[in-house]
Amino acid sequence: MSAPTEETAARGNPGARALMPLADVERALDAPDVSAPELLHLGEAILAHWLLAHGEIPTDDTREGFRLLALHRQGAANEPSFNACRETARELAWHYNQLTLTTPDEPERVREMMRFTAKHLFYFVTGKLAERQLGDFCCSARPLRQDAN
Amino acid sequence: MSEYKKIAYYPGCALEGSGHAYNRSTKALGKALGLGLEEVKNWNCCGAMEVKNIDPKLQTYLSSRVMSIAAHEMGHDTVMAPCNGCYHNLKKAEYDLGHDADSRDVVERLSNKAGHKTYQAGSVKTIHALDWIKDAIGEEELARRVKNSLKGVKIANYYGCMYTRPRHIFPEKDKGPGSESTSKPHFMDDLLAAAGAENVDFPLKTACCGGAHTLSDSDTSTRLVLNIVQAAEAAGAEVIATECPTCHSGLEMHQIRAETNFGIKTKVKILYFTQLLGLALGLSPRKVGVHENVSDSMAWVKEKILR
Repeated sequence: MSAPTEETAARGNPGARALMPLADVERALDAPDVSAPELLHLGEAILAHWLLAHGEIPTDDTREGFRLLALHRQGAANEPSFNACRETARELAWHYNQLTLTTPDEPERVREMMRFTAKHLFYFVTGKLAERQLGDFCCSARPLRQDAN
Repeated sequence: MSEYKKIAYYPGCALEGSGHAYNRSTKALGKALGLGLEEVKNWNCCGAMEVKNIDPKLQTYLSSRVMSIAAHEMGHDTVMAPCNGCYHNLKKAEYDLGHDADSRDVVERLSNKAGHKTYQAGSVKTIHALDWIKDAIGEEELARRVKNSLKGVKIANYYGCMYTRPRHIFPEKDKGPGSESTSKPHFMDDLLAAAGAENVDFPLKTACCGGAHTLSDSDTSTRLVLNIVQAAEAAGAEVIATECPTCHSGLEMHQIRAETNFGIKTKVKILYFTQLLGLALGLSPRKVGVHENVSDSMAWVKEKILR
């Protein structure tokens, strides 16, 4: 697996420096040369913002080799409707693996799909930061989850 | 012979309103394939999103009444709900009644008050329209019946969120080969591929479209939908196939809103999978309600499918 360079890591990695503001995350997502490691770290930054906004310290643990997935799980622990972006986070990790562990036929297209996936995570999380109930009414069904738990 | 050759049909409210094209195309598809659908008599709202989030046990009752009628008054053992919201809610009611004594008490009390037989968990099986076609016909038979192949048509399949989440109310999924996957659903891909279509790699199959916030927080919904639509286009899709009336309406309306409010125009068409399969089987665009969709796909359908 290709490790992100210090420069690329700093563009998105909340662990490398102070957490990148969400406005900068959005700009970075649209950067023409954004790489797979950067997109992964931007995804982590998005989830870290969610956690910090809810008084949590973003974890440095990993799940299935990804801090991104550990951050998502942490974010969903007390907010079941956050699972509405679970598959989006997993797709981001899957595309990262595609681009760093394999040689896809069309790497540019795969990278573009990874970018769209990261942007979806951004729109969902920022939407939910603005409107807490996003995801509550439909698939995540807060009362159902509460009953089940 | 499939157990789904003749089943109870629960269209739900959306299919009588904004999702009428889905209702029309589902019935037309069933007829063309020789499958019997008997509409649930005197059906009611499933409790949708609104009731569920205010009083989940009342929603459980409302969904249970639909299943009770299908089982006890019509003698069916299977109910098919093409709407993801209805499908999800009937599944949720089934789960609640199987796992929660309080829910059983509420349903019994309300059923007695309403004067109908109380629904017992396990009396009927709730399936989606995708399960219906997949099981009753299957890819091989579907391919044999195709008259207008979808060959050359590139499709992004969008399942929405309620078809697979939360996972614990869909115990039949994730059971290995042949079963549906909650993380990477594929039944719609399988059926459309059998009709000749080329499914593109699309990472946002179950991504949130902000559906429930479409009116209260429209900009968030538009951004989420626009990203889905742009991703489909970037993946090479000419059409997004849908299997939920709420998703479908949201995609169509926010595609238009993205152009009027954000100045971003996208060209990808949005059609129900039942419309695409119906067209492939030789049904006319009118028979499958293409004229009832909000966005105009008629010229594209004539060029790409009825060629």
